[in-house]
Amino acid sequence: MSVTVLYFARLREALGVAQELIALPAHPANVAGLLDQLRARGGEWQTALASTQPYRVAVNQDMAEITTPLHDGDEVAIFPPVTGG
Amino acid sequence: MAVRVQEADFDLSAEINAFRAGRPEIGAVAAFVGLVRDVNLGSTVSGLTLEHYPAMTQKALLGIVAEAEQRWEIIDALVIHRVGRLQPMDQIVLVAVASAHRGEAFHACEFIMDYLKTQAPFWKQEQTPEGARWVEAKESDNGAAARWENLLTTNKHE
Repeated sequence: MSVTVLYFARLREALGVAQELIALPAHPANVAGLLDQLRARGGEWQTALASTQPYRVAVNQDMAEITTPLHDGDEVAIFPPVTGG
Repeated sequence: MAVRVQEADFDLSAEINAFRAGRPEIGAVAAFVGLVRDVNLGSTVSGLTLEHYPAMTQKALLGIVAEAEQRWEIIDALVIHRVGRLQPMDQIVLVAVASAHRGEAFHACEFIMDYLKTQAPFWKQEQTPEGARWVEAKESDNGAAARWENLLTTNKHE
């Protein structure tokens, strides 16, 4: 299965990518597993996506938790805390 | 309720007039307008770029307004949020809430703004003499949103 991952604002600039398709293992997948897979790339991925960093994750345009399950074709967005208004 | 995300500026009077037109049951409109300031954290700000997550923005704002409608007896709500490049003194956001009496409109307007600041996917990048910098989220914004979690609100069924 695969999910589309979008990056925004400071994270997009730090990671140098706005959007990518990521293949995930077929067994039950969740946000935590996806983040582990991204951090395993090392370098800036490990730094910017460290669990101590204050970023947020949305799945299919709803704010998500670390335990939110992922399904084939889902749209996952990873971004810094929002600063609108 | 209506939610609009746009690059264009908005005319405050025209928006409020259209919002309440032909609805004699409205006794109060509370409106908040957020503006671009020319200084932040000690630096001169010459401009602002507002980025957003288009697929999610509308959905998030509609969810926040729906939550306000659950909590207070409001007649209608309008949210306009601008994106793209803005200058100091430009309008960024309008939240207007209509109700029969002022209390509900005041509360719901502040609630929508507080949640928008922590839940709606917008990000500000400031242009300063030191270069462009992303605005960091403020802990006080989380506190402002969190206080609604435990607040006793007017019950719609009272």
